[in-house]
This record gives sequence, C-alpha cells and structure tokens, in this order.
Amino acid sequence: MSVKQIAVFLENKKGSLAEVTRFIANSKINLRALSIADTQDFGILRIITDNPDGAREILKAEGYTATATSVLAVSIDDTPGAMASVLEILNDADVSVEYTYAFMSSAPSKAYMIFRVDDNKKATDALVKNGVSVLEQADIF
Amino acid sequence: MENYYQKDIETMSKEGLREIQNERLVKQVRHAYKNVPYYQKIMDEKGVSPDDIKSVDDLHKLPFLTKSDLRDAYPYGLLAKPLSECVRIQSTSGTTGKRVVVFYTQHDVDVWEQCCARAIMAVGGTKDDVCQVCYGYGLFTGGAGLHGGSHKVGSLTLPMSSGNTERQIQFMRDLGSTILCCTPSYAAYIGESLHEMGLSADDIKLKAGIFGAEPWTEEMRRDIEKTLGIKAYDIYGLTEMCGPGVSFECSAQTGMHINEDYFIPEIIDPDTGEVLPEGAKGELVFTTLDKEAFPLIRYRTRDICVLKREKCSCGRTLIKMTKPMGRSDDMLIIRGVNVFPSQIETVLLEQGYSPNYRIEVDRENNNDTLDIYVELNSEQFSDTVKEIAGKEKQLAAAMKTMLGINPKMHLVPPKSIARSEGKAVRVVDKRKLHD
Repeated sequence: MSVKQIAVFLENKKGSLAEVTRFIANSKINLRALSIADTQDFGILRIITDNPDGAREILKAEGYTATATSVLAVSIDDTPGAMASVLEILNDADVSVEYTYAFMSSAPSKAYMIFRVDDNKKATDALVKNGVSVLEQADIF
Repeated sequence: MENYYQKDIETMSKEGLREIQNERLVKQVRHAYKNVPYYQKIMDEKGVSPDDIKSVDDLHKLPFLTKSDLRDAYPYGLLAKPLSECVRIQSTSGTTGKRVVVFYTQHDVDVWEQCCARAIMAVGGTKDDVCQVCYGYGLFTGGAGLHGGSHKVGSLTLPMSSGNTERQIQFMRDLGSTILCCTPSYAAYIGESLHEMGLSADDIKLKAGIFGAEPWTEEMRRDIEKTLGIKAYDIYGLTEMCGPGVSFECSAQTGMHINEDYFIPEIIDPDTGEVLPEGAKGELVFTTLDKEAFPLIRYRTRDICVLKREKCSCGRTLIKMTKPMGRSDDMLIIRGVNVFPSQIETVLLEQGYSPNYRIEVDRENNNDTLDIYVELNSEQFSDTVKEIAGKEKQLAAAMKTMLGINPKMHLVPPKSIARSEGKAVRVVDKRKLHD
C-alpha cells in the first residue's frame, strides 16, 4: 500500500517553480499535494498527482531530472495529537521518517499525511495493526 | 647598507655573468644529453648536438620541454644521476593523477638553499634574525626551500609549517620572529587573526615577509604591510626548477631578480615558440645551469611575464622579472596549490558524473575559495536532501585527494550550467589578480 510521488530537481532560482508547475498544468495533470526541500543551490520539489507516470514523462521530456518514489499516504483525524500518535507508532516500529507533509482531504475532519520512510512495508504493517488507515493512489483522488 | 648573500655574483657585471652562463650552459647540456636518453631523443630529433651549444646565443637551437614531458617521464625518465647520488625528492601537487617528482643531489639542495638565502638577505635578513617558516613542509617545496635558505643565512629557523594560526602567533610573539615566510594569503590571514586576538603590529617584532607560491596583488601587499607592520616581498619559483628562490624581490620591490647564475630566463611567444626581445611580454622559459639530478633545458613555465634588465637601486645586476601576469595554459593557483581543470574533470568522470561543470575561484578576506558546480543526472538524483548532500561530501573528498585542497561542491540540475556556443564556460576566476 503506497502512493507514487514524483520528485524533481530544481535550480534554486526565481521562477523555476512557476516554470515546472506550468509544464505540469499544460498536460492537464492535477496536483494534489506538494512539498519542497531547499538548500542554497537546489530545491527538491515533491508532488503527488493524479497521473504520476504522465507527470514524470513530461518532466523528463522537458529536460528535468525527476524520480518516482513510493511514499505512504495516511488519513488521520483532524484533532490534536493525531499526528503525534502516528509518529509514535512509526517510532515504536523502528521506522525512520525522512520527511512528511500534509495536504487537504475531501473527507470532513480528516487530514492526509504523506510519509517518506526507510521501510514502507514495516511502516504500513505497524500503522494497519494500530488501526491507522493507509491509503492507495485511488483513495486520494 | 644593502644586504647580500653573495655580493660578487649578485652585483656582477653583465659580461661576467654571461661568462658564467656560457660555461655552465655548455656543461649542463652535455650532462643532460649524456645521461638522459630523453634529451638525446628530442635533441637528435631536432638535429642539434651538444657540440652545437657553445654559448647562451645557441640556446634557441635547443628543443623546449613541457610539463607533459615531465609527467610522461615520471618518475625516473629525466633523472641524470644515479639514485644513489640523490638525497631528496620534492613534488608538485599533481595533475591527472600523475605528479611531477623532482630529484636533488646534495649539490642541488645546496644551490637551491643558496638561492633562498639570497632572497632572505635581500629583505634584510641576517644571522641575528628569527625566521618563521609557515609554508607547508613535506613534498611541497615552500617549507623546505625557505627553511634551508634560513639555515644558510644563519637565522634562527622556526619550522612551523602552515596552519594552527594561534600557535603561529604565539611563537611569533614568544620567540620574537622578525621574518615571516608563507603564502601571501596566509600572511593576510595571520594579520586578521592577530587583530581578532586583540593584538596589533606593535605586539610582534616582524620586519619583513617573503611571500610566494601564489599570485597576489599590490593591494594585498599594502594590506599585509599595514596589518603586520612589515615590508612584504615577493618570491618566485617552481618545483621543476628547484622550488622558491628562482627569483626574489629586493628592497626596491619592483620585480624579482632572477638567480641568473643558476637559471637562464627567456621570454617566448607561447603560440609560435619564437624568442621575444627583452621587455616583451610572453611566456617565461627557464634553463637550469647547475643541476646534477634534474637538469631542465628550456622548460616552459606557462607563466606570462616581462623581463627587464635595469639598474636597480639595490645594486643587484641580476635581471628582473615582473610578477606573473597570467598563464599560457589553464592552470589556476588556488591557496598556493596548482589546479588544472582537467584534474577536476578526471575526478568527475571517475565518480560517474557528467563533465559539465563550472569552477568558480574567488577571494574572500584574502583567502581563495574554490566552488565547483556539477550537473546531477537522473540516476544520481534522490528525493532526499540527505542523499544529495552525501554525494556532495563524497565528491568533495575525492576532489581533495586529487587536488590537495578542499573545494565546496554544488550539485545542480542538468542544463543549469550556462553554455556558450555549445561549450561550457568552465572556469570563472573572480579574483582579478592580473591587470
């Protein structure tokens, strides 16, 4: 159970984010979630889209360096402590979180989280065992 | 009173000097031809025999020698004495994996140290001075050369090597160093550190500095002179000839006197190899005159400069060369270390990176910085910063092994390095060291 994220290597300069998102938009691909890690030299744009393979193809064709990564999408309650609980489950299962980001859910009082972890299977098993719902690609669109 | 190590030589008439050169050149060429098959080969190819060389006027008949000849000859190809006669090696920082190793007999070491002794005495050094040598010791010639020169003068020598600046300053204060020998950027750094420690030129006894191994400007000279309260002098040399001391500045501070009794300079057009008249700007070529283990005939230094023979206020008659005004190849001197872009390219290819890169050299607070930008390809890309930073670190370590200095690596997206006319602009030197 995982979701395909596309990561794109970007130059850390004015306009590069606008440019890449415009290319994706032109292909009628919808962005559901997005996060950026930046350093002085570069940025890594991570996106969840309704068509990850298509997005990757387009980006490659435009000369971008892009890679697909399996990440976990988790639905959590929109209440205090929900995020902490999920992280504790992962920690107890000895799973390391590389990064995480949130996005809006269409379901009321739910938030969706993306987790990039060092071991997807171990993380999924621990979450499911503790009653946390782990989502598929289709669930978030 | 001007201070000389060997006044008779240093102030000799042009004719007298020419006589020494003629005699030594004939011997040096014979020695090289007889003992080094490589010289035999290139001289035979050019149809010139040692008998054709009767004086300095015949020098132009001899073939040139380049750095790549030296690299190809590594390690023993140009050795003119049995190893049992050699007592020392020194080495350059190395290019494309192959270093240039230079051998010395005891005589060669003595000559080299004599040259450095002349440099030290030209800045006023005597046996009563305390000479702090903070050039690197080891394979690099800076430390060994000035160390030996200081011994010859009879100064108290502090073999500090480079680094550990607080200790440098402590020794400088506790032992009353009067002469400082190091790279100009390190001298500037010592000056800054002194002020950061709440001290000033009044707290030290330095009177002169001998700074070389890298290009520096008149502005830097004034800065260093002011912060350390000294007179700052230039020194020039290259490992291939011996090391520092091939030429040195005197009290006039208007160019460096070449030790002409040991090295004959020529200026050539780097494109045609044609010898240019005195006063013309071109590539400096040296011929050693008294080297036993490693004679070099018409060695192309790739340094661009001008020679001028003029009456010098110091009394020396030795011809003067200007500070190098540039290079006829793409070598960069960064923190005193010779760096060729080809070395950087070699590391990139070895490590599986594309050869699309940009080198940026700059100087911050009188210290050289080296930034290398490299394009990352799809296979090397990762969605985590940690992994990309790890690759930068690994690449920087490989560069350090090859270059001898630590660069700052920057991995950047493909095509983000500007290309002009389809070819990348590989080197951007922002230091403005030359006019």
